Amino acid sequence: MPLFRKSKVLAKQIDDFLDTVAEGALVFRAGVHAYLDQDEEGFAQTIAQIDKLESRADKLSREVESYLYRRSLIPEHRGDVLGLLENTDNIIDRIKTSLHQFSVEQPEIPAQFEKGFGKLASASCEAAEALVAAARAFFRDAEAVKDHLYKVHHFEKEADQVSDSLKRNIFASDLDLAHKIHLRYFALNVELVSDRAEEVADRLAIYAIKRNI
Amino acid sequence: MEILIFLSSGLFLGWSLGANDAANVFGTAVGTRMVKFNTAALVCSVFIVLGATISGAGAAHTLGRLGAVNALAGSFTVALAAALTTFWMTRLGLPVSTSQSIVGAIIGWNFYASAVTDTASLTKIVTTWVACPLISAFIAVILFTLVRWVLRVAKPHLLELDAFTRLGLLVVGAFGSYSLGANNIANVMGVFVPDSPFSDLDFFGLFTVSGVQQLFFLGALAIGVGVFTYSERVMGTVGGGLARISPVPALIIVLAQSITLFLFASEGLEHFLASNGLPTFPLVPVSSSQAVIGAVVGLSLFKGGHIRYRVLGEISLGWITTPLLAGVVAFLLLFVMDNVFDQQVNRVQEFAIDPAVSVELELLDIDDPGLDSFRNQVFTNPAYLRMELFRNTGLAEPQVDRVMDLARLGHWQISPQVMAQELDKHWINGEQLAALRLLEGRSFEHFWQMEKALREASPAWKSRPGTTRNKPWNKELSSKLSYLERIFRLDEKDD
Repeated sequence: MPLFRKSKVLAKQIDDFLDTVAEGALVFRAGVHAYLDQDEEGFAQTIAQIDKLESRADKLSREVESYLYRRSLIPEHRGDVLGLLENTDNIIDRIKTSLHQFSVEQPEIPAQFEKGFGKLASASCEAAEALVAAARAFFRDAEAVKDHLYKVHHFEKEADQVSDSLKRNIFASDLDLAHKIHLRYFALNVELVSDRAEEVADRLAIYAIKRNI
Repeated sequence: MEILIFLSSGLFLGWSLGANDAANVFGTAVGTRMVKFNTAALVCSVFIVLGATISGAGAAHTLGRLGAVNALAGSFTVALAAALTTFWMTRLGLPVSTSQSIVGAIIGWNFYASAVTDTASLTKIVTTWVACPLISAFIAVILFTLVRWVLRVAKPHLLELDAFTRLGLLVVGAFGSYSLGANNIANVMGVFVPDSPFSDLDFFGLFTVSGVQQLFFLGALAIGVGVFTYSERVMGTVGGGLARISPVPALIIVLAQSITLFLFASEGLEHFLASNGLPTFPLVPVSSSQAVIGAVVGLSLFKGGHIRYRVLGEISLGWITTPLLAGVVAFLLLFVMDNVFDQQVNRVQEFAIDPAVSVELELLDIDDPGLDSFRNQVFTNPAYLRMELFRNTGLAEPQVDRVMDLARLGHWQISPQVMAQELDKHWINGEQLAALRLLEGRSFEHFWQMEKALREASPAWKSRPGTTRNKPWNKELSSKLSYLERIFRLDEKDD
């Protein structure tokens, strides 16, 4: 039946989109770690990967959005789903921008801060991954959404704490002010990924309540 | 030509029925934006036409409710009154029962023609207002609990659930439209069947479309046009005006409505259960408009949702107003028709307790000294006669009704001509036909005499003991007898 076939195709496209975002988060962590380890080749690969993933995510979300509108599917949740897709897409956009900034500005990260940046990247990545799991649950099991959302909040908080202590240590060090400000900017850059994930999580919490009604 | 003018009010009634009742089957689907109005209107109209033409033709032998009105101009006026009332309610966006507006208009005719109103039909209307929404609400809540559990276990993808709900709304809507057409076409067109201007059409020897089917097709088209042109407003009330409805509950509501009609109004189901020795559901008067509103309200209350009580109040008021307004409008229109246009809106029905009736009453053991003053007189006002019988005799209500029934006068003849040309030999079975042939040429002054003669001629004309299993047989027999009463009656045809 065409109605069911198309729904399956569309559901798969949404899944692919979420896979792409989750993969983007993993690439982000790998990219930051490669940069910290001064593995230039590995870092260049992650830049190439994230470019591909970001454009794939864009294409998938556009296709899903236009089909939902054209066929007026899920009238009650269409706005929510479109909002969810667009905001989730912002996460991978943020990841791309962040990695590109590393590539363009080549910040000099002293050895004592490498661990902090690594932890911050991991926490941001985990927050984004938990968000993807929550978004997936929204489509199948709205009641399970909250189980994933609490993880998003947990990792975002962790990222906040790591970032805060990292920035304090940076400004307490002997580095010159320009260097300190540059490093703070990069801590903020990495942390923003988890902030984006939390923004989507807040919306998703409301979408999930609406779905349960 | 005259029939075409008379037919117009049937078509108007069909149109207003379509404009109002389509909301019962597709209101929630359109209100939740799951099905586009145009798609809903198309599916609804097609299935109404199919239902009316295929299944509705089975009801061609009965005149529908309007059959109670014994003159064509009267039927025209009663149909017009019912149509105007339904149209007015549709303008207000209120879902009402078209059957109730027809019954209300007939009661208006009864008053005008001094005919006797069956009190059961009044009780039936009031029961429908109360019992039907309650049953439907209860079924909707049970279904909702069940569906919620299934969804929790099955965890379908949001898009798959959407596709399934959409399909469900279309399928249930299509079935609902089919039965809407099948059940209501007799009310809209049945009364015009004896005067149908159509003759049978033969399509290259492949199949024949009977005159009745053509007439019903025309009526169904009128219903379809009503759906397309004017049903959106009532759909808005059912599908969102009364309470906010989500797609899955929208499907549950139409399902609950169909199940209510199926379980509590289906004689077929009752017969099936009874013949298999299973307990049956009590048959209660139900109406799809009342059922769908009951389901919406029941489900919203259960889910703790918000109901717009002002809209609910308007709907309830609309239910009460419909039969009353239809009755008053019918009465006024009949007066105009009779006095201004000089049309015969009712035929005078004579009653007499003649010697034949007296003998029959004795056999039935209905005796009262008060009856003597009525003997060998002709009465033309049934309501007056009934009242006088109550006043002057000690007879109970069923006995008075029996006396009235026996006293009804007329002229029936089993004429060879009607036997050859008019009688539907596919419907009247072999044994019954043989009995009719045996009585060919005989005349009767009371129809019960003809019934009695038929019973004596063949057991195929005898009713069976009143058990649930025998219900379909007795119902069929009674509609066959009404049919004979109509086609063999001479005095009405001469007019």
